[in-house]
Amino acid sequence: MTIPTNKESGLGMSKIAIINGKLADPTGDAPLPGTVLIEGDWIVAAGDVAVPDDAQSVDAGGLVVAPGLIDLGVFATDKPAFHFGGITRAALMPDQRAPLDEVGLIRQATRAGKPDFWVHPIAAATRGLLGQEMAEMGLMQMAGAKAVGTGRQWIADSGVMLRVLSYASGLGLTVIAHAEDSGLTAKAVATSGETATRLGLPHAPACAEALAIARDIMLVRETGAAIHFRLVTTKAGFDLIRAAKAEGLKVTCGISPAYLFLNDQAATDFRTFARLSPPLRDERDRQASLAAVADGTVDVITSSHDPRGPEDKRLPFADASPGMAGAETLLALSLNLVRDGHVSMGRLMTLLSANPARILGVDAGSFAAGSAADLIFVDSDAPWIVDRAKMAASADNTPFDRVPVQGRARRVMKGGMFL
Amino acid sequence: MPDIFIPDATPELTGRALFPHRHLLSIADLKPWEIRFLLDEAEHWAQANKGQARKHDGRLAGMTQINAFFENSTRTLLSFEIAGKRLGADVVNMAAATSSVKKGETLIDTAMTLNAMAADVIVIRHASSGAVRLIADKVDCPVLNAGDGWHQHPTQALLDALTIRRRKGSFAGLVVAICGDVLHSRVARSNMLCLAALGAQVRAVAPPTLLPPEVEMLGATPFTRMDEGLDGADVVMMLRLQNERMDGAFIPSPREYHALYGLTPERLALAKPDALVMHPGPMNRGVEISSSVADHPERSAITEQVAMGVAVRMACLDVLTRSARGVEGWA
Repeated sequence: MTIPTNKESGLGMSKIAIINGKLADPTGDAPLPGTVLIEGDWIVAAGDVAVPDDAQSVDAGGLVVAPGLIDLGVFATDKPAFHFGGITRAALMPDQRAPLDEVGLIRQATRAGKPDFWVHPIAAATRGLLGQEMAEMGLMQMAGAKAVGTGRQWIADSGVMLRVLSYASGLGLTVIAHAEDSGLTAKAVATSGETATRLGLPHAPACAEALAIARDIMLVRETGAAIHFRLVTTKAGFDLIRAAKAEGLKVTCGISPAYLFLNDQAATDFRTFARLSPPLRDERDRQASLAAVADGTVDVITSSHDPRGPEDKRLPFADASPGMAGAETLLALSLNLVRDGHVSMGRLMTLLSANPARILGVDAGSFAAGSAADLIFVDSDAPWIVDRAKMAASADNTPFDRVPVQGRARRVMKGGMFL
Repeated sequence: MPDIFIPDATPELTGRALFPHRHLLSIADLKPWEIRFLLDEAEHWAQANKGQARKHDGRLAGMTQINAFFENSTRTLLSFEIAGKRLGADVVNMAAATSSVKKGETLIDTAMTLNAMAADVIVIRHASSGAVRLIADKVDCPVLNAGDGWHQHPTQALLDALTIRRRKGSFAGLVVAICGDVLHSRVARSNMLCLAALGAQVRAVAPPTLLPPEVEMLGATPFTRMDEGLDGADVVMMLRLQNERMDGAFIPSPREYHALYGLTPERLALAKPDALVMHPGPMNRGVEISSSVADHPERSAITEQVAMGVAVRMACLDVLTRSARGVEGWA
């Protein structure tokens, strides 16, 4: 027996009115009291709207109501961590055990989280992510890929990158790029500077990032393609992106909270949980990153969630895998940006939901009519302490262990259904 | 350059308070008076080793010392083995080439295995920076770092300091030029911290490609021209240039390196007339150092460094096991 979905059956679609919430609308500034009307799995109206008689009312209890977070660039489908963090959709990086470079793998990835979590796979731009031959981007798009990506690495061959950008733009897909010149970074595991020198770690200058961005911007200018630099972490990198945006190029960029709240000194004592890719930068670049969030240069904040167990992390620093489990702390750490006055609540939701949705081309991440009914109720001031021992993620590799934070997702609605 | 020179005031400490460390992992962990304490202890062994034919001292009798070398070594391994045996310890060597490390065992598992064998002190060398600290956190006995990656080689710095102190008397105002591949050198990192803490004026002399950024933060003044770096030096400490780095990656050729950065008799003349020449070994004769300099009877302290190595390692093994041996004041 098949039960028709609300949408298919048309009649009798459940109507829900979320009342008594403060709406964190990505198009606004501070949260305003309002109502969200939902039919089936779609938002039909939000704001100062009347509650229809046939709608079931859900009291938000004065909490902030926001679009579910859309995490642009994660390495694992780790549902418990995403749900804890108020993340309802994630774009999965192609860097999986088998790189996401063919149709079957994309199809499999899109199904991995349903129904209560949606994965939007990022297709590998090149076969095996080797940076040589183009992968079947068009077929993978038909199978559900929402973007193409270079993965953790840079495509060193400029000719290949030119053709990837050009071909992807024909498909209307954004290229999600890693910005580190691999000639400079080679075996580096840290940013050149005092900490790397003291610890005796292989290092590369921070300009490896700007160098990569500069080349890719030139190729974007040549092709008219859309590019999203998943993680930009240096002043020089942001300066280039600011200029490219002013020029009208389709350039966007993201960052993760680690680069906003930690600098390279976090690796002191060889703490492998602070081994990230790109590596943590110096304090000057950290400050520049905060400024880039505040002035609108940064478009996306991502958790870059990459849970890694002791077999990957309990190793000498240079031998450990890069990455951190970030899904659970994404919202709480990002709320610091509102409390510290860098961005408004509305802008934060643009960074966490609306812009990722726009880059992936999905109808979600906003309160506009026709947007997916993916919502979270946020207790934005609730204090808690990050604790490795109590994490929902499949691994405990957070560099923020024992850090006090504020803000919790209390309820999560995915596609009109509360979890 | 940061003001990290601390004058010779040693706090009035005795027993364990003199050296309150369980392991010896990095010179960065040590206060200047702790370094001086280890040098004084080593001086005692240096004299004992020289004075008599029978050098055995049984204070570590019945204790097990494991030398776990995950990276090849001849002289450091031998030096630690001799040091342990002179103190009466049962010394066991584990070489990575013949161990389960080759079979894929993780570093932590290897550490747990060594620990389960109830070693009383473990000496570790590993090719990755930070690896020794990782093991030290997992075992119940003192751990001695015999070199980890580019990071630290603390007993080398101590033996170099002891050699300099014996020849020059003190460190205050002494100009020490550390020359060569500073970037990849744990010996350089340990020595810069150690000598700066003891009051020397340290110079890091290297081609720009082999000079780590912000080396000033480790207490050294950078020089990229050998002649300027050597000018007026009291001690010239040469570093080994690894063969695999000579092929155009960091320097164009060994020949060019010798011409620009090799310690020749002519270049040594730029240093003070009584400047001491040191090298941690093994030397690349004709590359970083000329044979006539290396073998100079008065100037070269290279074989003396080896002798001091045994004394320093005896001192470290003795001090680190005092707590376990129940030495009065060290419990």
